[in-house]
Amino acid sequence: MSYDANLMKARLGNLMGPAFYRVLAAAALCVALALVNDAFLSTNNLLNVLRQASLLFLLASGLTLVILTGGLDLSVGANVGLSACVAGTVMQSTGSIGLGIVSGLLCGTAVGLVNAALVTVLRLPPFIATYGMLWALHGVTYAYMAGATVHGFPPAFRTLGSGYLLGVPVPIYLMTILLGVGTFLAQRTTFGQEIYAIGTNPEVARLSGVPVRRRLFFAYAASGVMAGLASLVYLARLNSAEGDIGEGLTLPAIAAVLVGGASLFGGSGTLAGTLIGALILTLVLNGMNLLTIHANWQPLVTGVVLIAAVLIDNIASRRTESRA
Amino acid sequence: MNDTQVARPLMRLITHVPGVTWVLLMLILVFSSLSGNFLRAGNLANIGEQSVVLLLLALPMTFVIMTEGIDMSMGAVLSLTSVVLASTLVATGSIALALSAAVLIGLAFGVFNGGLASWLKLPPFIVTLGTMGVAQGLALVATDGDSIIVGTQLTRLYTTQFLFLSLPMWLAILSYGAFHVLLQRTRFGTYVCAIGGNRDALTLAGVSAGTYHVAVYALSGAMAGMAALVLTARLSAGHPSAGIGMEFDAIAATIVGGTSFERGKGWLLGTLLGVVAVGVLRNGLNLLNVQSAVQVSCIGLLVIAALLFDGLKDRA
Repeated sequence: MSYDANLMKARLGNLMGPAFYRVLAAAALCVALALVNDAFLSTNNLLNVLRQASLLFLLASGLTLVILTGGLDLSVGANVGLSACVAGTVMQSTGSIGLGIVSGLLCGTAVGLVNAALVTVLRLPPFIATYGMLWALHGVTYAYMAGATVHGFPPAFRTLGSGYLLGVPVPIYLMTILLGVGTFLAQRTTFGQEIYAIGTNPEVARLSGVPVRRRLFFAYAASGVMAGLASLVYLARLNSAEGDIGEGLTLPAIAAVLVGGASLFGGSGTLAGTLIGALILTLVLNGMNLLTIHANWQPLVTGVVLIAAVLIDNIASRRTESRA
Repeated sequence: MNDTQVARPLMRLITHVPGVTWVLLMLILVFSSLSGNFLRAGNLANIGEQSVVLLLLALPMTFVIMTEGIDMSMGAVLSLTSVVLASTLVATGSIALALSAAVLIGLAFGVFNGGLASWLKLPPFIVTLGTMGVAQGLALVATDGDSIIVGTQLTRLYTTQFLFLSLPMWLAILSYGAFHVLLQRTRFGTYVCAIGGNRDALTLAGVSAGTYHVAVYALSGAMAGMAALVLTARLSAGHPSAGIGMEFDAIAATIVGGTSFERGKGWLLGTLLGVVAVGVLRNGLNLLNVQSAVQVSCIGLLVIAALLFDGLKDRA
């Protein structure tokens, strides 16, 4: 093969890289669902898919930051649970939307700070520290709620999760803003490059003058803030909160990040990828809904999608390696 | 200056006695002073009985963690195999057949986990998180979320006494012995240590490390099936959420017992003590009427404390 043809192929390869295949997969899912069920292409359903995906994205975006550093935050789901319960109870007892929102965000942030301290100050392995936090938070949430349910929040608050602005659900705006700001931070600032550097090789990053522990601290704290924000949108959407609200949210969040192409070893991945990952996962679950497949199948399907994504990436990267 | 002089002999004392011993002593001290019932013979026997399932899970988990891996699917596989066991028992009436079915299903999950982790070198955490979803989903789908009640046949087996101990206790003792022999006296055990410590050296020595690595996960799955027998007998039913979170208890017991994620260093006796520590903690909190979900929080704190203690030891 001539030099030009090789160059051509390499360029084509870049263009058709992992992100391209992910978009293709999402598009194929859409076509398949549209063919199988007429209801899929209704504006209502499409907006619903986007709304669900943006909820998942809010949660997965902080997690993406942590995974980019080569770490992990398994406590995000449990954090959403506790923060939603705190925000819900505060809002009901004080009647103030502002206090509710602030308390939810504060709770999420506080959990993030504890994680950050465990990982960077006490230097525990992130996986086990946040895994311990997951169960600790579940317990705290159960004890706090004592089996009670809070529901029925002011309409103004519910707008955050189920309202529309110019015909588009409010969470989609949140998602767009977050995607824009996050992508700018990650791709165009020194801060973002430092995060990638830490994920690629923390030792090299440290020797190049990156304040590794401060950046890691920020990443875990940010993940907590995002969980707090996600909890508010979630609460506004569900209009009720109880002790087990966050269970089953962590697996989809991790799946969204990894389906989106981020490496669990750190240093590679983008927020846009995570958005596509969240979209693919939501499309699959939405499709199951449309085909009236029982919700009992959801963990199974999420698990299969997760393994499949990691497997496909693994095979693809091996082929690239052997070609190089 | 003065601080370090006082601290040094203290640190030496702390570092020479394994941390889990201190944890266990402290828990026993706390609970026996808080609850008059704690030290009664009946309650101590209770702790033993309740710890059997956890020991059956924590033993293979120790092996998995020694290979620098993790098995997040253990609790879900336990749920699934308990459902399989219960439904096979109800259908055929044969405990042997039901147990084989449960162990085989567990084994299949283990081989799948191990195959992806070892041969394809995927991160064990993600693979087993995926299979956790799969096993959980299968258990839910198979039962529609309901319990499968088993007859008194299995419950009778659970309470059968043999040489002063119940059958589950004997199963625990035999399993511990088997794992001890496996780790200390067989090639498999040596390789388990080496996979975590230095897998490349093992491969260079001509050992098919991959096969042994898969075997570690296969053992983990099969033991979940075995534990399902005890769990189902204790609950008199198979339930799709019976095992949820059990992997955390198993990981906690292993880590509190001093097995490290990073150095291929494992200590089976430590795991046994860790299992007893978790059992004592749960039992003591039960006596104090603390909710189960809050108990899990305490186990989380115990793990973090154990890790901090380990870090302290390393720096000393």
